[in-house]
Amino acid sequence: MSGAWLPIVVLSISLIAAPLIFATAERRVALRTTINLCAAVLKLGLVAYLTWQVAFEGARYAWRWPMAAGSDLVLQVDPLALLFLSLSAGLWLLTTIYAIGYLEDAPHRSRFFGFFSLCVAATTGIALAGNLYTFLIFYELLTLATYPLVVHRQTPEALRGGRIYLAYTLTGGMLLLVGTVWLGSAAGSLDFVTAGNPALASVDPITLTAIFALLLAGLGVKAALFPAHGWLPQAMVAPAPVSALLHAVAVVKAGAFGIIRVVEEVFGIALTVKLGLALPLAGLAAFTIIYGSLQALRQDDLKRRLAYSTVSQVSYIVLGAALFSPLALIGALMHLVHQGLMKITLFMCAGNIAEAVHLYKVSDLDGIGRRLPWTMTAFTVAALGMIGVPPLAGFVSKWYLAAGGIDDQNAWVVLVLLASSGLNALYLLPILHRAWFKAPTAATAGAASGRLEIKWTLLAPPLVTAALVIGVGLFANAPFSPLSWARLIATGEIPRLPEGLIR
Amino acid sequence: MPPVQGLRMSDAAGALLAGVDWAAVAILTPLVGGAAAFVLPNRARAIGVAASGATAAAAVALVWLIATGGPYDLAVGGWSAPLGIRLAADGLSAALLGMTNLVGASVAVHVALTGRATKNDPEAGVAAWGFWPLWLLLLAGLNALYLSADIFNLYVTLEMVGLSAVGLAALSGKADAFKAAMRYLLVGIIASLVYLLGVTLLYAQYGVLDLATLRQVMIPAPATQLAMVAMLAALAMKSALFPLHGWLPPAHGNATAPVSALLSALVVKASLYIAVRLWLDLFEPTGVGAGAVATVLGILGACAVLWGGLQALIAKRLKLVVAYSTVAQVGYLFMCFPLWAGGREALTAFVYLAVAHAFAKSALFLACEQVQRALGDDQMSSLSRPELPGAVKITFALAAVSLVGLPPSGGFIGKWLLLDSTLLHGPTVWTVAVLCGTLLSAAAMARVLARFFAPEEQAVAQDLVVGDAASWRFSLTPLLLAAAAVGIGLLGAWPAELVNVGETVQ
Repeated sequence: MSGAWLPIVVLSISLIAAPLIFATAERRVALRTTINLCAAVLKLGLVAYLTWQVAFEGARYAWRWPMAAGSDLVLQVDPLALLFLSLSAGLWLLTTIYAIGYLEDAPHRSRFFGFFSLCVAATTGIALAGNLYTFLIFYELLTLATYPLVVHRQTPEALRGGRIYLAYTLTGGMLLLVGTVWLGSAAGSLDFVTAGNPALASVDPITLTAIFALLLAGLGVKAALFPAHGWLPQAMVAPAPVSALLHAVAVVKAGAFGIIRVVEEVFGIALTVKLGLALPLAGLAAFTIIYGSLQALRQDDLKRRLAYSTVSQVSYIVLGAALFSPLALIGALMHLVHQGLMKITLFMCAGNIAEAVHLYKVSDLDGIGRRLPWTMTAFTVAALGMIGVPPLAGFVSKWYLAAGGIDDQNAWVVLVLLASSGLNALYLLPILHRAWFKAPTAATAGAASGRLEIKWTLLAPPLVTAALVIGVGLFANAPFSPLSWARLIATGEIPRLPEGLIR
Repeated sequence: MPPVQGLRMSDAAGALLAGVDWAAVAILTPLVGGAAAFVLPNRARAIGVAASGATAAAAVALVWLIATGGPYDLAVGGWSAPLGIRLAADGLSAALLGMTNLVGASVAVHVALTGRATKNDPEAGVAAWGFWPLWLLLLAGLNALYLSADIFNLYVTLEMVGLSAVGLAALSGKADAFKAAMRYLLVGIIASLVYLLGVTLLYAQYGVLDLATLRQVMIPAPATQLAMVAMLAALAMKSALFPLHGWLPPAHGNATAPVSALLSALVVKASLYIAVRLWLDLFEPTGVGAGAVATVLGILGACAVLWGGLQALIAKRLKLVVAYSTVAQVGYLFMCFPLWAGGREALTAFVYLAVAHAFAKSALFLACEQVQRALGDDQMSSLSRPELPGAVKITFALAAVSLVGLPPSGGFIGKWLLLDSTLLHGPTVWTVAVLCGTLLSAAAMARVLARFFAPEEQAVAQDLVVGDAASWRFSLTPLLLAAAAVGIGLLGAWPAELVNVGETVQ
């Protein structure tokens, strides 16, 4: 097939950028920034080209490399891959700009940006993986590449967070490895096939159930599914751009994306339902949604509150994938993107607050809206989106998820979503209330030193993502919106879009 | 067996390659080189590097011929067995031969590179007069061992390897090293004698030493079984299988770095290879070796994985962490024994684990040398000091990836195949042991790597040879070896096919 080399090129861009940045001397700021931005822009351009080709020419690209054990290394571009790929490519550019500003004059920047690129390369590999084997390879690479970012500050707390992170993720990776090996020897194929790999039909149900449990346990660690979510709040010691990346694009999304791949394209949702595994998974996701929200309520530290909110929000994706309805799947796929946009905005804003006024606790944020009006505007948009206020991004995905629940005769899903939205409001609205309607304290009353409230590199990225949060909700039906792309994928996986409710 | 797919060359080049007996070259070159290096100590370094390089080239040619043309078999001097000596190599020997020569030549180059850098420092480095002759003798022994096809030749070459290894271990001149080398010598001699006892028992019963001939006449008589137990026990001792591993950490931990690299990466594999060769060619097909024997070896292997992993996790010195990790890795290799009945997969796993370990472990030991020189000691607690060169950290990270078995390294391929085998043919507890071992080694390696990110202390105010220790001469070879350990996993499917060339087990 022509263009079979394209997937490897997309992967190589960030993979080659990483050693280049490592090799850059610490003080060569301009050179490093150039390499960083060139790579990010180049990649975004290539992803846009691929999206165009896949959407209009119906093109599919696949690149294979034989390996000695397991299966081939396969990188392929399909609509589902592109959904995740474009999210990571786009947010990589924004986070890089943000990180350049955030880490100005900080030590070890070459190391930081090198691992940052490596982390994005791993995410790209996860998106492009054409079988579970390839997925596993990049999933482990992601673990290794993020560890140095988590411990970047090199404080004892950072090291402790890193240790917990590694303990969770390496154990998860091990379970995933066993599940994958087992699946490979039982079914003889690890390929991702639309609507499920037919090779699994010949395997006995008990083996399949055990494999499913292993795979989900392995993926659930990164997706922060209860009870494997413990590492996420600990990893909050990382610098703000890392938290943004971890929560929006890289780690938790890799887990959620993996769950979608396994449920939809390895087992197939039909087989998952037949094995009786879909409902327990949906139940676990629902529990995590509520549990994460309740925990978020109790946190006074802003980043920890947002972290628990991620625990809850990522499970929306899992919940949607576990329901046997194209609508729910559309909701899940969309939320993969929407949650990324909203959460990255929130984390970048939290980073701005920490950077500008050195405040970390929610209870200290009285009147911060006057000191950082643009930052808090972006924060407000993203927070309202999280709660699900129409017409913002979160509303659209929640709507589809709820419709999917009804479509699958699981109306309790609607209750879960309502309860969760209520809890979201309970832990996010007080922040907005404090920021905008309370009198400034001594800490928040100061004036900005420059013309802008904070450096433009720190301000522009959250404003762009906040605009996107509005855009993807308002223009949800436009071509190339997450909704239309998710619809394209979901109708492939579950080819029966119900009439009525939503067209 | 069909030769390996995908490897091709022009007929002319093939004929040229086939015209020379590369096996003889691979054995004789280091022997002659070793003698020359002993006679001309002033030229020892040049002779040593040239001989190691030439031997490696010959070995690569031989591996190539085996991969493309099938197993190698030569009756030396035209005398065939049982009268003459037979040299033979199949895919398994070829893979280990290639590993030995590539790693060996890299270590030799490293010694030459760093030897020049430390000329003015008599304490540092290895004693050139002793290293080169001993190393070349060791190399000749290893190559001959992988090419031997009878149980007595295997004994002779094993002795060659063992004695030169002891000499190398004692070279650093420290009292600790000397003591460890003495213990190593003692263990080696006892093991050799026990092995020889097995050989004698077999010879007394059957009157032949050639593997292929023995295989045809051997029957599961009690004396044969006794011979088998003696031989396997001796080889397990030489390979430091738990609980006979006590000699290894001090011997490997106190020798100079290049020697530790050679001992850990190559010497341990030689005795393991003999155990595998005897098991696959003799004991299993003739029914002498019951499944229970293999199971015992496997259980001891599993214990080694756990014990070695645990010791590596709590060791206080970096070199001991690395040495105990060898104990654990040897355990994985022995865990393959009970799985061979299930098919060739476990053998491929064995080769991948062995080869990846050789590259990664030699990289780690060589990197230890640089740590020692940059920091003055190799205590774990010193590792967070800022004097440590970046190349060392990268080397450690890459080697750790392969040792733990994370993708896409050679160690990962080995672990994948091993897990696959355990899932198909072993009890569940086998899988669990592999996983626990992996987690332990991950923890041990993470403990080392996390030090690189530890809160930075103030640089200790003492004059260290930083400029010297940060030199590329110290970091180049370990870095390349570690990268190779990871790269082996990406080589594609041909190494696995190579292992299956000349398959003798049904």
